[in-house]
Amino acid sequence: MGNINLKKVSKSFGATTIIPEIDLEIEDGEFVVFVGPSGCGKSTLLRLIAGLEDTSAGTISIDGRDVTGEAPAKRRLAMVFQSYALYPHMTVYKNIAFPLKMAGEDAAVIDKKVKDAARVLNLTNYLERRPGQLSGGQRQRVAIGRAIVRQPSAFLFDEPLSNLDAALRGTMRLEISELHHQLKTTMIYVTHDQVEAMTMADKIVVLNAGNIEQVGSPMELYKTPKNIFVAGFIGSPKMNLIDGAPAAKHGATTIGVRPEHLGISTTAGEWKATVGVAEHLGSDTFLHVQAEGVGPLTVRADGELGVRHGDTIYLTPSPAKVHRFGSDGRAM
Amino acid sequence: MARAVSTRRKIGFTVAAWVVALLIFFPILYTIITSFKSETEAIAGFSLVPSGTLESYAEVQAQSNYFKFFLNSVIIAVGSTILALVVAVPAAWSMAFSPTKRTKDILMWMLSTKMMPAVAVLVPIYLIFRDANLLDTRIGLTVMLMLINLPIVVWMLYTYFREIPGEILEAARMDGATLWGEIVYVLTPMAVPGIASTMLLNIILAWNEAFWTIRLTTTNAAPLTAFIASFSSPQGLFWAKLSAASTLAIAPILIMGWFSQRQLVRGLTFGAVK
Repeated sequence: MGNINLKKVSKSFGATTIIPEIDLEIEDGEFVVFVGPSGCGKSTLLRLIAGLEDTSAGTISIDGRDVTGEAPAKRRLAMVFQSYALYPHMTVYKNIAFPLKMAGEDAAVIDKKVKDAARVLNLTNYLERRPGQLSGGQRQRVAIGRAIVRQPSAFLFDEPLSNLDAALRGTMRLEISELHHQLKTTMIYVTHDQVEAMTMADKIVVLNAGNIEQVGSPMELYKTPKNIFVAGFIGSPKMNLIDGAPAAKHGATTIGVRPEHLGISTTAGEWKATVGVAEHLGSDTFLHVQAEGVGPLTVRADGELGVRHGDTIYLTPSPAKVHRFGSDGRAM
Repeated sequence: MARAVSTRRKIGFTVAAWVVALLIFFPILYTIITSFKSETEAIAGFSLVPSGTLESYAEVQAQSNYFKFFLNSVIIAVGSTILALVVAVPAAWSMAFSPTKRTKDILMWMLSTKMMPAVAVLVPIYLIFRDANLLDTRIGLTVMLMLINLPIVVWMLYTYFREIPGEILEAARMDGATLWGEIVYVLTPMAVPGIASTMLLNIILAWNEAFWTIRLTTTNAAPLTAFIASFSSPQGLFWAKLSAASTLAIAPILIMGWFSQRQLVRGLTFGAVK
């Protein structure tokens, strides 16, 4: 089981409030991603759940049990840190065995569990090595191994892939998702990378300045962002946010149009634009254009599109895909 | 071509390094050579070839009991090091893992005490020792050497502990380690190399300390530094005997330094590069 419930949880450091007051329900077996810009309080929230920070107010319950005042070890959670936080003086075997040893498990049981975990994570050949002799990806797998042997009620990941290169990040992302399907244990994953959030999560929690801006499935957030912040944060490339006359035409203070929802024509359209930089990715082309009376826009076009710097094009937003926001920044 | 130049440069650097090393080591080498000469040979002039006589060593031992001084040196150097570690480990620990706004200031203040010339506090310390009946006692000297080396010990340990990432301790906490488990299985094994190199360096510093050991002792607690000093007599210098005494005094620490040089280099250059 891995039901986690946060009720009116807040955290302040002296006079600085990091998390004002949060309510959050995480269901058993869910893959929840906390996403937000740097300093939005996502790691602090994770550390509050882990017990590495004390809450200033509110209660945290795991499977209906109030754990607010309990030590990290008693919460039956396992955590994977950004820096891996492996014990450098211990072999891979001893690193993975450490939580079991602390729990007073029998040597035979430890041996079986460590070897099982090593097999799942392709670490069998590295059990006698020390962390210093491993690559970044292998170290991260050891950290995950150390987490899974305890069979915790939930896994907490604090930006676990930030230290890896882009290619390895992609591979590890898949491995963690696969692990979640195998174990079916609750996972809470903190990242500032919205691509990680979109591709891995069952449920995304978007945080900004300690507040929860929106909670929902990746597609819910993509299709119906509740406010300008979520609209701008979720989706890559970012949604185009337009103020002024073009927005007023739609009866809104601000409108948002995703780059992939702009129709392109070389002859006619709603907005006339001059092409600036064109980024060719093969399958797609991202055009950075300057639209007359609208401002700078990003357009996602077909990879084969043959436009160049300085060309004039016409853009038309798909009417059904225009997001309208009021003066308070909320979706209308 | 580039390879040839680089090899030539390498040879140049190696030769230069040897020359510098020999220059630094030469006084010690010449002391050792002189200790194997007779007094007549010793004053005869510069010579690198001794007759190999052991008479100076025999005379030194007959004149004053080397082992008594040696024992005092061991007790004072090791004792002051252990005492310094007992005080410095918790101090450095708390400064590294739960620093406050004033931690840096405290560290700087500690270090600043080392900038003061020792002679400036000679009179007050001498008077305190006299009134507390600590003059010429091993305990007094142990405490004194502990105090003068404490800032360096705290600094070294602090730098070392700072390199242990806080996340590792948090990971241990998440893994179910109690405070005791954390100390025994994670912190201590990670800190041992740092503590060991600090200990070695402090033993050497305490062993070689001459200012306080000569001034605060006469016979009972006198260590090897006082032993050497006792051979520079007003009747004239007996070079061979003085050299034999010096060789006997530095031999133990030289041997210890030789065997622990890897640890020592780590300690001395610690923090220089990541």
